[in-house]
Amino acid sequence: MSVVIETPRSPRSRKGANWEKYGWMYMRISGAILVALIFGHLFANLMVGEGIHAIDFAFVGGKWANPFWQVWDGLMLWLALIHGTNGMRTIVNDYVERQNVRKALVWALWVICGALIVLGTLVIFTFDPCPAGSDPSLLPSFCTK
Amino acid sequence: MATATAATEIGVVPSFTVTLFVRRFDPESGEEARWQDFDVQVHGTDRVLDALHKIKWEVDGSLTFRRSCAHGVCGSDAMRINGRNRLACKTLIKDLDITQPIYVEPIKGLTVEKDLVVDMNPFYQAYRDIKPFLIASDNPDKERLQSPEDRERFDDTTKCILCAACTTSCPVFWTDGQYFGPAAIVNAHRFIFDSRDEAADVRIDILNDKEGVWRCRTTFNCTEACPRGIQVTKAIAEVKQAILRGKP
Ligand code: HEM
Ligand code: SF4
Ligand code: FES
Repeated sequence: MSVVIETPRSPRSRKGANWEKYGWMYMRISGAILVALIFGHLFANLMVGEGIHAIDFAFVGGKWANPFWQVWDGLMLWLALIHGTNGMRTIVNDYVERQNVRKALVWALWVICGALIVLGTLVIFTFDPCPAGSDPSLLPSFCTK
Repeated sequence: MATATAATEIGVVPSFTVTLFVRRFDPESGEEARWQDFDVQVHGTDRVLDALHKIKWEVDGSLTFRRSCAHGVCGSDAMRINGRNRLACKTLIKDLDITQPIYVEPIKGLTVEKDLVVDMNPFYQAYRDIKPFLIASDNPDKERLQSPEDRERFDDTTKCILCAACTTSCPVFWTDGQYFGPAAIVNAHRFIFDSRDEAADVRIDILNDKEGVWRCRTTFNCTEACPRGIQVTKAIAEVKQAILRGKP
């Protein structure tokens, strides 16, 4: 017949160590910061100066030569990827009923998130538009000027 | 107007025919749930519960549903009427669109036992788990005083009649039956913010759970569903705040 849980549900983890609370706080704090970062990003790329017409390889290369934009884009990358992955984790927890499938999907999400963060951070902080010793025909024109 | 016709005679309640589509399920038949339609002659003052009574008493005695007080007090007859959770005894038929059939089905997310009757045990279990009773150090010869301001803090959540309209309107509860659900949180709120109660931290701890308040996604379905007009989503938010503060 109907299932009656004998003992009241007890918290899964001890007070102060509950992930869900910090996840919930993270979504709101990162969300607020992301509003500023994303709109600042769109403004700088699309509105300032020549606006959208200024965007090319050199424009991006120039931004990533500037520590200010390196930190800006790095923050955006980390905050948004963790935010998006944690949001997807919530949705997986909602809809996936089989424990093994659920665990596997959540693991896959964080593995992908970690890989993208590592690659993205590498690109932002080590980007060199004119690597020394490469074939000049493969380099953008401004490298030889 | 001066010339009142027979149809608008004072004191005469108009009557009309409505079609009800009722979700039927008989566990003994081995068949899937199905819609069955009934044409019912009702008065302008009738509620959906009256139409269901008419069907049960005059057409098909096997129609099964819960009701007790018939006046919005006991919380027995929450059902999904035209896609919204309401009490059948508080829903006037004339307030619905009677040019269309009225759809009546059991509340969602709990196992249907027969027709409109669902298994409420998981719902009550979540309620029990939040310890819905005053916990105070034993001092029986002294009155527990409370200021009107302190009483006001949890006034809204004292109104709950445990009808389950909120919990079974929540999409998180639909997909994850382990979630405590709005009603349990509302009733925890009623004691967490009661200045006479001394176990707020215990309830805060219980709801700071994987299946506790953090599951709430602020959908507001519960607030819309509550027949008592309780600001359910606000109460949940206040419990979240209490957990973040670590005290009420
Ligand atoms: C523009 C700034 C943003 C703000 C203010 C914001 C805010 C939020 C908040 C507060 C939540 C939690 C909702 C809840 O728990 O009820 C959330 C969920 C989510 N966010 Fe964001 N977010 C932003 C940007 C992003 C970005 C860039 C992504 C993708 C990378 C993203 C993906 C998600 C996902 C997948 C969820 C889970 C949805 C769900 O719970 O159903 N968000 N967002
Ligand atoms: S909070 Fe409202 S909708 Fe929820 S169980 Fe109580 S009375 Fe019913
Ligand atoms: S029958 Fe009691 S609330 Fe409707």
